[in-house]
Amino acid sequence: MSAETIAPSDEAGLAAAIASAHAAGTPLAVWGNATKAAFGRPVQAAGAVSARNLTGITLYSPAELVIAARAGTPLAEIEAALAAHGQHLIAEPPDLSALMGPGEGPPTLGGAVACNLSGPRRIALGAMRDHVLGVRAVNGAGEVITSGGRVLKNVTGLDLAKLLTGSRGTLAVLTEATLKVLPAPERTATVMLRGLDAARGVAALSAGLGSPYGVTAAAHLPEAAAPRAGLGAAATLLRVEEFADFVPYRTARLAEALASFGAAEVLDHDASLALWRSVRDARPLGAAPEDAVWRVSVRPSAAPQVVGALRRSFDAKLFLDWGGGLIWLAGPATEDAHRAVAAAARSAGGTYWLMRADAGFRAAVAHLPDEPPALAVLTRRVKAAFDPKGILNPGRIFAGI
Amino acid sequence: MLAMPEPDPKVLARREAIVAALRERAGAANVIAEPLRLKPYETDGFTAYKCVPLAVVLPESTAQVAACLRYCHEQGIRVVPRAAGTSLSGGALPLEDAVVIGVARMNRILEVSLEDRLARVEAGVTNIGITKAVEGEGFFYAPDPSSQLACMIAGNVAMNSGGAHCLKYGVTANNLLGVTMVTIEGEVIALGGGHLDTPGYDWLGLITGSEGQLGIVTEVTVRILCAAEGARAMLVGFAATDVAGAAVADIIASGIIPVALEFMDKPCIHACEAFAHAGYPLDAEALLIIEVEGSAAEQDALLDRLKAICARHAPTTVRVARNAEESAAIWKGRKAAFGAIGRISPDYLCMDGTIPPGALPEAMRRIGTLAAHYGLQVANVFHAGDGNLHPLILFDANDPESFRRAEMLGADILRLCVELGGCLTGEHGVGIEKRDLMTAQFGPADLDQQRRVKRAFDPQWLLNPHKVFPLEAAGTA
Repeated sequence: MSAETIAPSDEAGLAAAIASAHAAGTPLAVWGNATKAAFGRPVQAAGAVSARNLTGITLYSPAELVIAARAGTPLAEIEAALAAHGQHLIAEPPDLSALMGPGEGPPTLGGAVACNLSGPRRIALGAMRDHVLGVRAVNGAGEVITSGGRVLKNVTGLDLAKLLTGSRGTLAVLTEATLKVLPAPERTATVMLRGLDAARGVAALSAGLGSPYGVTAAAHLPEAAAPRAGLGAAATLLRVEEFADFVPYRTARLAEALASFGAAEVLDHDASLALWRSVRDARPLGAAPEDAVWRVSVRPSAAPQVVGALRRSFDAKLFLDWGGGLIWLAGPATEDAHRAVAAAARSAGGTYWLMRADAGFRAAVAHLPDEPPALAVLTRRVKAAFDPKGILNPGRIFAGI
Repeated sequence: MLAMPEPDPKVLARREAIVAALRERAGAANVIAEPLRLKPYETDGFTAYKCVPLAVVLPESTAQVAACLRYCHEQGIRVVPRAAGTSLSGGALPLEDAVVIGVARMNRILEVSLEDRLARVEAGVTNIGITKAVEGEGFFYAPDPSSQLACMIAGNVAMNSGGAHCLKYGVTANNLLGVTMVTIEGEVIALGGGHLDTPGYDWLGLITGSEGQLGIVTEVTVRILCAAEGARAMLVGFAATDVAGAAVADIIASGIIPVALEFMDKPCIHACEAFAHAGYPLDAEALLIIEVEGSAAEQDALLDRLKAICARHAPTTVRVARNAEESAAIWKGRKAAFGAIGRISPDYLCMDGTIPPGALPEAMRRIGTLAAHYGLQVANVFHAGDGNLHPLILFDANDPESFRRAEMLGADILRLCVELGGCLTGEHGVGIEKRDLMTAQFGPADLDQQRRVKRAFDPQWLLNPHKVFPLEAAGTA
């Protein structure tokens, strides 16, 4: 995001740049197109390195359910290549540009993997990290390392690919990732219940997710959030994705199974696609420009109580995804509000992320819960195992690391 | 034969004091030190290697595990974690100077929440034990390794176990929500639980499949799923293995992800048929077992589509189960495969490489050539959809030359898997079996990076020190 960003055009160039920063002990900010630079702790670094110029799909084998691309490849390019063969990215990674600002270009594969951001399908089919089969990366000493591979089952050695997924550029800079993909469903439809409160809404989502009808997304939009997704009143939403001839049966049975929660409506394919794109990208949240944005992750059954606590603490805008287990939350960027979020997550045995706030606020508060001491020791040692001089994205996840 | 690290004479000399200290920390009844009672712990499912350990501890709590590990760490004593001992790669093989710490006595189900679709269990609960605890409510735990009646969830986590149904449901890593793990330094760390976001690094992902290199898992939270309305299998015979391979590719490309897609070659078909009388076609060169799930109508629709796809590959036999009994009959031979091979050969090595499924015909051809070169017979049974091969190498353990050739053939088959774009192990783990082949898959920088991570958890290299990493480099980096 500054003139000093080094953006080599190949992996060897990236490795050389990091090796010289390692030799000189120069800290580097790490990104692709910086679309997610505004969340997490702000990085103080003299230089910056970007993988944005490492682009291109390097392998796509539809019959083997596998795609590989260099880290700077726009996600949209990967999604288009998959769509041409009727396939898609399983974890449904979001486009948070409406929330986080536009960055310097389109969201990239490297960013999606490095931040392990997943969309509504996460509740049924896993996160990005569940589908990363292998990575290539450059560690903080400038060495090219590989982990995993291009096959669907692989338990050879330590799974560094999973460790690097979600490590936000603090351990190594991803140069290429290989993902498992799946056939995109022929049709999708959404079973919708209206007017439920958070407790009844989550109970309905649990009942749906615990049914045999293959629910692949489950969200609850309270009354204030629903209109932003084009729905009138509080909406409890369960998605089915299947072959076209299976969808009517599945939605009918699901509606029947949820009858005690009220009469269900069924949203058809197109309405359903638009709705879940909106949920995926957190658009129903309606955060004001000055609001802070958090994600709170708890067990679904704890969500209603967390929602209640948050609403009592401040003017909370929120909606629930992942069966209630993910609470998207916006509110005033104050330490009081932040303390309330942290306390609510802790009391439910869950966790939180401060996703968006101005840099000063993000640096001043714990944007994630502090780790227990034994874990913090491991974090420091593992960081040193990849990046002995601590030059990659220092402070991005935890202060001093 | 694989080399093992030299035992530390100073540790061997202190055996009695060590046993006394462990008894103090884990309770006398939980420490085994008598030679006769140690004998059962000398090996695991990979029986070619044996070594009686210094002592065995079977703690009853996380606190006892922590106390024992802290002691071993302070004293510089090697530790070998153990669950049910069903590893096929020697994952639980002891060392003469090592203390085995097993989780078998920690076998309580701690919590089941259907609402949150999770079960929290102690690590010594068996894989099937989790499903048994929830099946009354229509739920199940998805990963289903062949050893599921015996194997324990701690071992499943250590090896990232798969099974026949992971094409649809994923492996252990994809079904895990949390663990409690004790490090060699005796620190108890609790990770995850009922929530899905990970605040810092993905420790759960790193620990899963780490083969006891990073710590001992004592408690596990898994995702449980509502079972499908029903499932049915079909069996299709083909005139050649590459034709079956092409059918597999067509099935996946069609958009159908069967819940299981199993492949057997002719030697395996014959062995299974002779053993289980499942009605397998003896004229087929290759056989696929394909299982689908859903409502009865959905099963019909999927099986019709699969039949049409297979019909393009001139199948020699097509048998579609009409009900659960007929499905069970189709599965009967496959499920008995290892036992069936055991009947036709005094011993066999079960290999576990993965290849890109598109390379299946070439892999089959070259495995055949390699087997002929070593003068050994190989029967093949694969999870075809995900390319996870299980070539079974038949040999006679009473003939050292036969065993030597079997080991060499196995190594060549695994190198072939890597050459074809795959890996050394899809679900059994590296253990000792594939330890010395790691350099075939990883370059020096890759292995050094893994070793530095291991050392971050285990600075003295005490946990399972003879596994996963080639010995000459194990302690360095």
